[in-house]
Formats: sequence, C-alpha cells, structure tokens
Amino acid sequence: MSDPVAQAPQQKERVRKGDLQKVVTPEHMFFEAPRETQFITGSEAAREAIRRANVDIAISYPITPQSETMQQAGYLYDEGYIKDYYRGEEEIGVMAAIAGASRSGVRSLTATSGPGLIRGLEAISSWPGARVPAVLLDMCRVINTPLAIQPDNIEISFLLNTGLIVLHGENQQDFFDYPLIAFVVSEQVDVTLPVVVSVDGFFVTHARGHVSIPSADIKLPPRDGWKCAVPAMDNENPPARISRDAPIQKSNFISYHMHASWQQEVFAAVQRSARYLRKYLKGLVEIVNPDAEEMIVASGSAVSQSREAIRQSAELGRKVGLIKIKSLRPFPAQEIREACKNVKRILAPEFNQAGWLHKELCSTLYGYSNAVIQPGPRVFGGMTMPTEMILEWLEECRK
Amino acid sequence: MSLETLRVSPGYEHIMPIEYQDLINHGPYGRQVKVSEMGKFKEIIEEHPMCAGCAMSLFIRLTMIGLPTPEHTVLVGTAGCGRLSISQASIPFIYGNYGDTNAVASGLKRGLEIRFPNQKKDVVVMAGDGGLIDIGFKHLMHAWFRREKFTTIMLDNEVYGNTGGQESGMTQKGRILKMAPRGKQVDKIDAIGLAKVAKVDYIARIAPTNPARVARTVRRAVLVAREIGSSYIQAYTSCNIEYAIPTPEVMKDAFNVEKERYGFEEILSDRAKEYLNEIEKKDKEKK
Repeated sequence: MSDPVAQAPQQKERVRKGDLQKVVTPEHMFFEAPRETQFITGSEAAREAIRRANVDIAISYPITPQSETMQQAGYLYDEGYIKDYYRGEEEIGVMAAIAGASRSGVRSLTATSGPGLIRGLEAISSWPGARVPAVLLDMCRVINTPLAIQPDNIEISFLLNTGLIVLHGENQQDFFDYPLIAFVVSEQVDVTLPVVVSVDGFFVTHARGHVSIPSADIKLPPRDGWKCAVPAMDNENPPARISRDAPIQKSNFISYHMHASWQQEVFAAVQRSARYLRKYLKGLVEIVNPDAEEMIVASGSAVSQSREAIRQSAELGRKVGLIKIKSLRPFPAQEIREACKNVKRILAPEFNQAGWLHKELCSTLYGYSNAVIQPGPRVFGGMTMPTEMILEWLEECRK
Repeated sequence: MSLETLRVSPGYEHIMPIEYQDLINHGPYGRQVKVSEMGKFKEIIEEHPMCAGCAMSLFIRLTMIGLPTPEHTVLVGTAGCGRLSISQASIPFIYGNYGDTNAVASGLKRGLEIRFPNQKKDVVVMAGDGGLIDIGFKHLMHAWFRREKFTTIMLDNEVYGNTGGQESGMTQKGRILKMAPRGKQVDKIDAIGLAKVAKVDYIARIAPTNPARVARTVRRAVLVAREIGSSYIQAYTSCNIEYAIPTPEVMKDAFNVEKERYGFEEILSDRAKEYLNEIEKKDKEKK
C-alpha cells in the first residue's frame, strides 16, 4: 500500500489563496471595506479574521472544547492563507515556538484555553519582556481542579500583570474584529508587544451570532520584520557582543536598574498601545446611558447579559447605564473615572470567582467616585448568568 | 546579514570601536576559517566569564570556528553555564526560558525560512545536559520527531554546573552530587540512542580532544541541518569545579573519558551521507 502522506497534494503545487488576496490598509479593513452579515460561531468568526490577517505561521495544540480555532487555522494553512503551520508538543512548546517565530520577524498566531493557558504561562508571560509581537486567542475555560470544561474566565486574572495587552471580546463580532486589530497594534514600533484576545468559551466560541465581515479577497499588510522596537533575531544586524536577550543576573545595582527600567518600558509600551486601540476599537469602552445613576461595568459575555438586563430595567421604568470594557490592558482608567464620577451605584457582573474586574474597578475609582461598587453578581464553574440575577442585585443594592 | 551591511561607511572608521573594525576586517564572516588559523583572525567569542580551565568554554570557542556561515547563524540557549559565554558572541543569541530551546528554535527556523526564502539561515541550539535531557526533554524529542532543520549541541558536563552541582539525567550512575546524596540511582540517559530512535539525520558524540575534529563535526552538523533534517552533537565538556578536576588535568580527563566511554562516533542517515559527500567532494575540487 502506498504512503497516504506521500499521496496528499503538496502545498507548493497549488495556488496559495493568500497570494490572491489584495493587501489593504488596516483602516480600509476595519472601517471602509463593504461588509456582509453572516450567522456564524465565534470560532468561525476567529477563522475568518485569521483568513484576512496575513498570518505567516500558526502553531497549534489541541485543547477542547473551546479552542477549535487552531484546527480551523490548519484548514486555512491547507488553503494557502497561512504560510506555515504545525501541531506542537504541548503548550509550553507552542508558546516557546511562538516566541522563536516572532523573534524571526514573522506574524505569529496561536490559541489556547484555560488549563492550556496556565500550562503555557511561563512562556506567555515572558513574551512581553522579550518584546515579541504575536497574537494569542484565548477562549476562556475553567481551570482545573476539579476537571471541568465549562466557561469561566478566571484565567484572565493571570494575564493582567504580565505586560501583555489583553482585549476581552463580548461576542462573535468582537472575535472577528479584535484579532485583526490585535495584529496591527501588536506590531506598532512603539508597542512591539504580544496581544491576547480573550472571549468566554461556549457563549462566544460555540454559539452563533451575526457577524459583519468584509470579503475574503482582502488581507492586512504583512508584518515588516524590520519595524520593531528591538532587532529581529535574523542576524541581519551589524555584529555586536551584546545580545538582545542578554541575561542580567549579576547581583549589583546596575543589573537591578537594567531589569527595572526594562520592566518599566514594557508597561509603558502597554500604555502607548492605548492610542492605537482607541482608534481601531473606537474607544477602549462603550458606554450606554451615560447619564444614569446606576452603572453596570462589565467585560466579555457579561456585557451581553448586562445589555439585556438594562433593557428589561428600562421596561420597568429604571434607567441603568452600562460600560463595556473592551481592553483590560491597557485598562481604560481615564474613561471609567470620567463615566463614573457622578454614579451612585456600580455593579460588576463577572464570570469568575475571584472578581478580578471588581478589584480593578475599586482601585481605579478610589478617590474618583463616591459610588458603591458591588462585588458581583458572579457566576463560575460554567454557570450562565441569568438577567434576573443582575436585576436582583440591582434591586438589592438600592436598599 | 549582508557583508556590505557590516562595513563602516568611509570616513566613519575612526569613530567605530576597534573591536568592531577587527570583526569586520579580520572576522570569520564570509569565509570558512580553520582551527589552525586561530590567532590570525578575530573570533566570534573571545572574552567570557566561565571558570578557569573549563572544557566547555574551549568547546564553545571551537564550535564558533566550525560554523560554516556565522553571518547567517542564530544561536539559541537556555539557563546553564554555556550561555555565560555564548551570550558574549558577536552573533545573535536567544536566551529564552528554562529548557525551551528546541521549541524556540523550531519557531525561529520556520520563521526565518518564510522571511528569507533565498538565504539559508542556520539555527544552532547550544545548551547543557540538564537543559536538554531533563527540563527540555520533550521539546528536544519532538523537534527531532518533527525533523526540524536545526542543530542541537549538548554541552554535556554531566551535572547542573550553573546551579551548583546537582545530578542531571546525563550524570553517570553512582556519582555523588547534590540531590544525589547516596549516589545517582539510575543510569546516564542514552541521548545518542534516543537520537537514533528519532531518526536524527546527523548524530555525533565527541570530546574536545581534537580541536580540528570539533570544528569539522560542527560544520557537518550545521550543513546537514541546513538541507536535510535535524542534527545532534553530544559533547563531553567536563565540569572541573563540581567533579574536582584540577585545572591542569582537564584535558587529561577529557582524553581518559574519551578513551573509556566517550569515543568519537558519527552516525549519518543515507541522505546526510550523500549530501555531505557531495559538498566535501566539491570542497576538495576547489582546492
């Protein structure tokens, strides 16, 4: 019997569909290109974003059920929309390989979920310090134990203080738009940082929603490996006896200072990304009913539930506002302080036990608002958040 | 990098450090240097903070001479003694996380192939026995199974030297070291055997007793990785500190260990053999 692998058509013999796409500016892709609406799952929305993202290399590892996007990326590679693709040994291997690929100067993508994210976290949290532009799609899932495969976004709390840019999508539309924006922002010279695009598993990845997308015959401009805050590891630079990745481990004041200033610069770069994100996301926040005295502040799929809750509340004659946080890092402190300065009550619905958004709001608003910030409602372990729950919390905090 | 990129623009020579000018005018770029020429050219690594008498530092120095195209080579390492000198090289060195070298190198090499389709870029991992066979084991094996086209060089000092002398998977059975207070309980891992199982295209075991042979072995391994598949060199690079080898005895130890259990061995796949024969035949014809 002949070898089935040998029989599979080689990619080189086919026309790479990516080569037939027209390169357009990010502005055209995000704001100007005609769009049509499709009814697709979040994973399919991510696939369509990747198709248009001009990705050079995608490195995958299976984690189910949330992250089926990387197998979709495999099909895109097969069609010729991605130049190289392979299944890595596990998440540390994948995340380390992304660090290697990005250092070479190419556009790099991977995706993971819950336990996979935590497994790869040593590598992921080293990306910002290594100044590697890359995009990680994160479909949130419970972190074990006990074993569960349900949605819960506690894993985001592990990403917030690493120097990563972290976006949190609400729905399928966001999971199309944010990954494309993420690549563009990640590769800005004064940013040069990895971006994580998180969404809540199942609610976004598996459910269908209306997604407005431009045609598949356009793609983003390619990554320019020369445009980077640090030189690519391509040996195209003049020789010097100092490595970009030089270990700094001498115990003296100069080494402390070097490490401190490096960290300072990473976090400053996160802040610098805000101006690009404000432009492409049309603001780091979206505010509904800005003059309301009661405000729900949320990110991810908690936003969708909150939208419905404020609609129901309006039916009952109570005006409630909503702040959707699109970017968790950089955190839109300025926008939230401005929006909450006259607010009396704030609710922070979350899909995790830790209440990381509540803590973030408390530290952001301390001294800037007299509002009572309620620590909830929260669901976790895979539970859904009924809108009644949000309304009950609102009712409770009015007492 | 293009050699033109290196050259100092006319009129600016006087403001460039002598170190830089020496690298350009007398460095190993754009030509294959030989061990017998040492002292007559500017080396990729000169100063380093490794211990006096360290066999590893000698081996690394010879490795740099063996690189066929240093101007298009990127080195990858991890925690361990070796990186103290490798990071002083005048070619780029990636220092990632613990034991991640062969995963990083996989992504790096593939990225370089995408970005430079007309210019071969060599990727060489140089890491210690602990970094590769213990913490980096999975990445080492899987890069081999995937037939990733880069070279892995294990600097096998049979101990965790940089952390202060703990046993590693490559330590010999019975040796008393930190974390092996009663002597190591299990055998030294047969990494050469594992490379054979993974069908690595070029495998070599070597001790730094014959400098020209070290350089030649490195050159062959890098050339095979460039066109054929994975290559692996396992080098005995004793730790004179943790094994208490008197500095003047380091080379004597290398000869003894080579004779007893670390004899030079080269294992080539048919494809690698054919490819190297062709290249080396052409080299001879040129002469």
